[in-house]
Amino acid sequence: MLEKALTGNKGYLLWIAFLLIVVGTGFSSYLKQLSTGLGITGMSRDVSWGLYIGQFTFLVGVAASAVMLVLPYYLHNYKVFGKITILGEFLAVASVTMCLSFIIADLGQPARAFNVLLYATPQSVLFWDMVVLNGYLFLNIVIGWTVLGAESRGAPPPSWVKPLIYLSIPWAISIHTVTAFLYAGLPGRGFWLTAIMAPRFLGSAFASGPALLILFCMFLRKFTKFDAGWTAIQSLAKIVAYAMVISVFFFLCEIFTVYYSQIPEHIYHFTYLLSGLHGHSALTPWMWACMIMGITATVLMIIPATRNSEQVLPIGCALVFFSLWIEKGISLVLVGFIPSPLETLTEYVPTLREISITLGVWGLGFLILTILYKVAITVRLTEGPQTVEH
Amino acid sequence: MYNAGKIIVGILIFLVLVSVPFWYNRGKAAAPPKLEVGTTEKQCVESTPYMKASHMKLLDQWRDDVVRNGKRIYISSTGKQYEMSLQNTCVKCHAKKTQFCDRCHDYVEVSPVCWDCHIAPKENSGPKE
Amino acid sequence: MDSTRRHFLKIAGLSVLGLGARPLIDAIADVGQPKVEPNPNALVGKRWAMIVDQKKCLKAKEGCKDCVLACHRVHNVPDMPNPKQAVKWIWQAPFEEVFPEVGNVYMAEYMKDSLKGLPLMLLCNHCDNPPCVRVCPTKATFRRDDGIVMMDFHRCIGCRYCMAACPFGARSLNWLDPRPFIKTELNMEFPTRTRGVVEKCNFCDERLAKGLIPACVEACKDKALVFGDVLDPNSEVRALLRQHPSTRRKQHLGTQPQVYYIL
Repeated sequence: MLEKALTGNKGYLLWIAFLLIVVGTGFSSYLKQLSTGLGITGMSRDVSWGLYIGQFTFLVGVAASAVMLVLPYYLHNYKVFGKITILGEFLAVASVTMCLSFIIADLGQPARAFNVLLYATPQSVLFWDMVVLNGYLFLNIVIGWTVLGAESRGAPPPSWVKPLIYLSIPWAISIHTVTAFLYAGLPGRGFWLTAIMAPRFLGSAFASGPALLILFCMFLRKFTKFDAGWTAIQSLAKIVAYAMVISVFFFLCEIFTVYYSQIPEHIYHFTYLLSGLHGHSALTPWMWACMIMGITATVLMIIPATRNSEQVLPIGCALVFFSLWIEKGISLVLVGFIPSPLETLTEYVPTLREISITLGVWGLGFLILTILYKVAITVRLTEGPQTVEH
Repeated sequence: MYNAGKIIVGILIFLVLVSVPFWYNRGKAAAPPKLEVGTTEKQCVESTPYMKASHMKLLDQWRDDVVRNGKRIYISSTGKQYEMSLQNTCVKCHAKKTQFCDRCHDYVEVSPVCWDCHIAPKENSGPKE
Repeated sequence: MDSTRRHFLKIAGLSVLGLGARPLIDAIADVGQPKVEPNPNALVGKRWAMIVDQKKCLKAKEGCKDCVLACHRVHNVPDMPNPKQAVKWIWQAPFEEVFPEVGNVYMAEYMKDSLKGLPLMLLCNHCDNPPCVRVCPTKATFRRDDGIVMMDFHRCIGCRYCMAACPFGARSLNWLDPRPFIKTELNMEFPTRTRGVVEKCNFCDERLAKGLIPACVEACKDKALVFGDVLDPNSEVRALLRQHPSTRRKQHLGTQPQVYYIL
């Protein structure tokens, strides 16, 4: 089926070429990082995780959004999603590949990455993160490819796919939960030491992922013959609306706990984020942009008129996506380190090479996504818009 | 066969390329390296055949014993005691890395990463790049 | 293929035999395991700890860094030009950074002049309940039975989870290759590290193995650093803890640090 990705119209081929250039540039920067060391990034002794881990954190959420399509369709027979579960599963494949690539890019000694398997340490959350991420990648590749392959032959999928699909539902929940546990169990980082870290991850995942899916569906509706159906898009939009409300609520819960208890270890991080601390406020404009975009997006998604509008819905979804990208992809990881446990303040600015590598990984993700989506919609459009019988 | 012409030509080109190492080096035998052991000691920590085959295995075992188990004295099969250290024991005898260690390693295209951290004896100062 | 039960049992039996062949061959071929032992001169303790006696460390204000220089020289610690990428095993910091939750605005009134503005020494606390060990995915950092939290530089993958987990900021990654930046004379008996590997104070375990006390303790002319076995009731560290009130950094986090400060 992969041969379907090799042909396309001029726009498609230009897009692939552009992505290959982005990936190639990022890769050459990565080679420089391999030979020189992580010192070419903006990370420091105090802020020891930066853009790479931040992007990984955000993308884990996007990856789990597949479950928002699979759960209603397979567990509750919500047939409207039948056409687009494959899009969710392939988005998960692209996202988890990006997650794993960001983790590899962040390692100081990537050649030794196999040590995590050789010297398995079940007490370390990072070990379990590796397990669940790779497992989820494997699940979605197998499920997506098998179901699509069956469709392309006009046959129902084999029966062994069903248990895998059911497994992928709790597994999706587990990838957020374990990633949140990476942060939520560390005693010295007051910004992360909150019980609702995992729920926050779930909330932002189910907002950002489906929002991206809506944007993809609307793009495909406009530029290809693949129409997901306005009902499906509206259902997704309702999910995004509720998830955004929950995410905003969780954030306000954090604000209340921190500012009402006034504990310095916790409050300093929020002060740095929202208004700057000791003259340092590099992240403040980002955070305010995030909050303004987030509130606007929530309002747009809640009001039926704007949610139902073909012009405003994509704006709302883009605002959701970028607002959560700033919150999880930038502010969450960095602010955990600022101020440091010694209450000193070291700020973080990514270097050009670091950004190049980051863009390279995003390019890789979009490349995988483009190829998989091209295969999926070509199969759908040529074999007829069948839904999977179950 | 579809495209028979292109395929057969492709197979022939492939066969030529894959056998390059053989016909490019015809007539020249690369001699096995001669090692300057660097010492007049007759016996290494273990016997020479064992060291030739398994020195890396021994070093890995030493690494884990010293760093992870806190044991630093090795009692070899001859009964002699040695401190388990690449940097302090092995190079005491094999002091000229380029004439001993590197000769075989270069011949078989092996680049052990030990010397990124363990300091090579002064004759060859600087990290192995 | 003949798929009777009998056939299956035959294949299964052969497989089990095959599985057992390797261990058997290994056992027969085993020439006799060479033995390894600890160094007979090694210092032995049940629970190593250190005391930082601030009352004795008075020359730090004048710029005395003997302990830092000794440690960094013995362990080939680089002097990185960019302070953001510094590698520190033992270092100094002002009181507000070492004990951010202690201290009040009236301290200057009751502090002796000699102690005002005096920086304190910081190092890895070799906690009894170390969060860094809990999070390491490869056990590259691990806690020894004698209490030392060790680094296995060979195994570290540079994920920096331990750096995030340490509540005391005691760990440093080698962001670049450290060798060009080692400003002191190379100690040929100790390796350097390479880029991408995390390092920190190791309580000089290679010196303890030879019967020597840690380099920083030895270097301090005022004997402000004391090292010993805190579980030994006759040790100097226990004696000091008996005589003076002491505190530790961030005790409320429950990591049970083993570096005690006498203020």
